[in-house]
Amino acid sequence: MQADRLPEGRTEKLMAKRLSVVDVDRCVGCMSCMFACARRLGHGGLAGSCIAVHSAGGMRKGFVVIVCRACPDPPCSHVCPTGALTVRPGGGVHLNADLCIGCQACAQACPFGAVSWDDEQAKPQICVYCGFCSQYCPYDVVALEEIPQGAGG
Amino acid sequence: MTRDDPLCRVLYVDLSRHRFEVADRCDLFEEALGGAGVGIRLLEEECPSGTDPLAPGNPVVLAVGPLVGHFPLASKTVAMFKSPHTGNLGESHAGGRSAVAIRMSGYGAIVLRGESATPVYLAIDGDTVHFRDASALWGLRSTYTVGAVLRERETGSGYRSILRIGRAGERGVTYAAVVVDTYRHFGRLGLGAVFGAKRLKGIVVSGRRALPVSDRAAYARTYDEVFRAATDSPLMRKYHELGTSMNVLPLNEIGALPTRNLKEARFEGAEAISGERFSETLLGRRLACAHCPVACIHLAALRTPHPNEPYFYKTSMLGYDYEPTYALGSLLGVADPAGVLRLNDEVEVQGLDAISTGVVLAWATEALERGLVSTTDTDGLPLTWGDWATYIRAVERIVSQPTDFYRALARGAEHAASIYGGEEFALALGGNEIAGYHTGPAYTLTMLGGARHSHLDSAGYAVDQKAAASGKALVPEKVAAALLDEERSRQVLSSLVVCFFARGVYTPETVVRALSSVGIQRTPEDLARLGAETLARKHAFKAREGFDPASLRIPSRILETPTPLGPIDADFIRRALAQFR
Repeated sequence: MQADRLPEGRTEKLMAKRLSVVDVDRCVGCMSCMFACARRLGHGGLAGSCIAVHSAGGMRKGFVVIVCRACPDPPCSHVCPTGALTVRPGGGVHLNADLCIGCQACAQACPFGAVSWDDEQAKPQICVYCGFCSQYCPYDVVALEEIPQGAGG
Repeated sequence: MTRDDPLCRVLYVDLSRHRFEVADRCDLFEEALGGAGVGIRLLEEECPSGTDPLAPGNPVVLAVGPLVGHFPLASKTVAMFKSPHTGNLGESHAGGRSAVAIRMSGYGAIVLRGESATPVYLAIDGDTVHFRDASALWGLRSTYTVGAVLRERETGSGYRSILRIGRAGERGVTYAAVVVDTYRHFGRLGLGAVFGAKRLKGIVVSGRRALPVSDRAAYARTYDEVFRAATDSPLMRKYHELGTSMNVLPLNEIGALPTRNLKEARFEGAEAISGERFSETLLGRRLACAHCPVACIHLAALRTPHPNEPYFYKTSMLGYDYEPTYALGSLLGVADPAGVLRLNDEVEVQGLDAISTGVVLAWATEALERGLVSTTDTDGLPLTWGDWATYIRAVERIVSQPTDFYRALARGAEHAASIYGGEEFALALGGNEIAGYHTGPAYTLTMLGGARHSHLDSAGYAVDQKAAASGKALVPEKVAAALLDEERSRQVLSSLVVCFFARGVYTPETVVRALSSVGIQRTPEDLARLGAETLARKHAFKAREGFDPASLRIPSRILETPTPLGPIDADFIRRALAQFR
């Protein structure tokens, strides 16, 4: 399930990495990251994007970039009633879609709003920490980084 | 295109009855791809001969194309309508998030018909269209406030576009704009007035969907090719670093920067309002259109003290670009960067086209200077070159129209001059106020003969500048042929709704590969044919509505003030224009 959600041609397992918003002030709102995340699934458009960019109350005020922070003790996993979200070694979660009943508790539990929702599948969209989005950020706003030992999230 | 692509779906909105329907128009999209190609065909269907631009019968078409949402820089929405400003073909392009949002909402085009009995705004979200009461929004002073209200009331943050008009559109100023998100516009030819006549205050459109591709590997490869080309190109870098304002100094240097109503073509204050100076001293943030890595939109952070309270400041983020800087800067003799920004901000607040507003004010200033009008006409405002504070008050009056003079100004420079005189210095070509490139005859021909009387129709300034560099004399028939070729090829880009800034990236071969990866097979010859046919259809529409290149007015000011190629010869222009039939 996870392997086919990696970008085309990518099958290796990425351990203990996560996305980091390095410098949100450089974000221009081009949405290239969002399109990249959707493209990872083999289609165009924006469905399935696990990274979100929206204005901070109008574009005059810049942008907010929302990524999964790969929490070491993730609230989305706590509230999942079926155990579909298991904690990944090093932080973050892994989704077993077969167990998911689509209750949306995870989406509500994430304080960052980083669990986006796929209305068609009625499933959460969980970042796989592949860093594909960061390869398309022209201004180094987001980056894939190693999770430091003992990081507090 | 692949069968599950929603591009073929056209949303027809009946504003008179508050109803909508969706029709499958694969016939149009298969023939003409989208954007301008589909737009002119829908306009032909929807706009009968002789339609009054401000009557319910004037349709508005908003069209996007097959590469939107698939590829970077396919980021424009093409609006087609009959223009209340020229009384003929209205076509205006806007970026921002509009194209991606319309595509993601599941439509290739939106057609607005009729007029609402009371003010409304539309909320388009997937399969539903809500007609929301906009009575309370009608008359709000600022388009910023309208945007903020719609942002708060509607859903879809991060996946939507917000279009709205200001008081200028409500009150029928024929060069009223539709403001898109913030800082982008359907600026030219008065789409805002058409919205106003329909009592349509705005549109919020949103969606996030998957778009099918037919060849995943080819799609990924072509995407990367386009993305890298866009981010690596030196030209794109310049658009990012300085923005379009990079043009101020070079144009001033060669003597092509219209100054004080084009009495001169060099501005002593050019340095102060240049892109370089703005970037060094005022640049506060850059923005991008949706799915464009270039980010050419530049915002200045302007810190202004409160007039009464000490130690109290406000910081505003104000957009700047070359065209408004010319129209509201050099053309009005304004050399104070803060003045240019604040004047442009008032234009944004009222929802006007910046170019037309600047040209209209420049004509008014000279008319007052020459005694054609008095300060009674101007409602007491002593319009004077460089006095931006007074110009700000005049912009408000163009909208509120307290005197006959402002009522005339609200219909453009040519109209005002037809009443008060001074036609020789009313800087409109083809009925549309000039953009800021006094480079020579080719630019003048672009404005006169271009289907939408826009400097972007065929970019004649490039032809002029090439001639200036090579020293070769221009030949009227050859210039006309080159401009028409350029305009035909730009119809392909505007049918794909690719930003013209990316024309070097989207070569015909790249376009063919990109289209193929999403299931549309075309050859470069097919594309060239589409471009030629689309332009021919626009010309046919214009001829039907009474456009005749032979009867175009050429203000003598444009002929007399020397360009880098010398004064423009009227006979040259006439001979070249004969080719535009």
